[in-house]
Amino acid sequence: MAASSSLQVSVVAADHEVWSGQAAMVVATTIDGEMGIMPGHIPTLAILDKGEVRVTLADGSKVIATATEGFLSVDRDVVSVVAGDASLVS
Amino acid sequence: MGAQLRVYTQRIKSAQTTKKITKAMELIAASRIQKAQARVKASGPYSDAITRAVSAVATHTDIDHPLTTEPATVERAAVVIFTADRGLAGAFNSQVIREAMELAELLRSQGKDVVFYLIGRKAVGYFQFRKQEWVAEWTGDTDTPHHGTAKEIAGKLLEAFMTPAAEGGVDEIHVVYNKILTMITQEPQTVRLLPLAIVEGVAEVAAGEPLPLYDFEPDAEDVLDALLPVYVESRIFNALLQSAAAKHAATQKAMKSASDNADKLITDYTRLRNNARQAEITQQISEIVGGADALSSAK
Repeated sequence: MAASSSLQVSVVAADHEVWSGQAAMVVATTIDGEMGIMPGHIPTLAILDKGEVRVTLADGSKVIATATEGFLSVDRDVVSVVAGDASLVS
Repeated sequence: MGAQLRVYTQRIKSAQTTKKITKAMELIAASRIQKAQARVKASGPYSDAITRAVSAVATHTDIDHPLTTEPATVERAAVVIFTADRGLAGAFNSQVIREAMELAELLRSQGKDVVFYLIGRKAVGYFQFRKQEWVAEWTGDTDTPHHGTAKEIAGKLLEAFMTPAAEGGVDEIHVVYNKILTMITQEPQTVRLLPLAIVEGVAEVAAGEPLPLYDFEPDAEDVLDALLPVYVESRIFNALLQSAAAKHAATQKAMKSASDNADKLITDYTRLRNNARQAEITQQISEIVGGADALSSAK
């Protein structure tokens, strides 16, 4: 899979989309520990633990969201963080 | 003023008051449809993402999960009925209940035991009145359903599904809810919720391209274990939201025709009142003329 330079990220909660956009890196807390995703990552499905999802944008600024009871899927540089309850911290 | 005239005036007044109320309800429902539909739309990304993930697991693994396995024999089936808490919505509640009862009849004819789960006060009222039994009910959250309610319902249903039929569990779960087709038509939908049939949106792989290697954290079984209940939950949440939107649309339609009927009544009664008033006047004139005639001939 050719590594493109950015990830298409969306963070969705059950009743609304929390955040979506382009990002350089996503770090999420799975039940196995923290996991970092950069462009070109292998397709993955992971179960999230209660915790933070940190999205680093191309310009280095960060978007932080909390997510409980959800999962994370990566497929061809499309990252979806799906949680029953998610909200932006900053 | 004659008695007849007074009666008509009274009726016109009462029709006008009714119209004010129904008109207000129509406007309220109209504004709520927009909100309810926006909520259906807002929950779209979530259910899309879950459906994609579930179909990814289904495509890339061949694990048998209890939630997706067809049971050899179905002893007991559950029917979940989504109604509203309030009436004044035309055939909204009765059509979904009728559909559910037809389904129950069909299931019984296949030799299955049927149990009911009710959502909305209207369904509970229907069952209470007929002294029929039901397993569980959820009321009070049908206008603007919350995700917590969906979670609760899903939890209860999954628990029943995972219990063997011999111990009071169910082998099959069907949901019946109203779906908005257009602004003026809502139709009851019957869907088998469990065991799950995953067909929608299966991840397409272009011809010749090998299946991408999928990585599951911690492993495929655990992911499926966590994912499928969430999938069920999102299906139920979607049914709740659809039903709420359909309820508001049905209310708007019912209240619009009520207002139209009130309008018609007002016109009819106004004409009758005019008639009665004219008759009264004519009679008074003929009495005066008659009286004057009698006086002049007596001279």
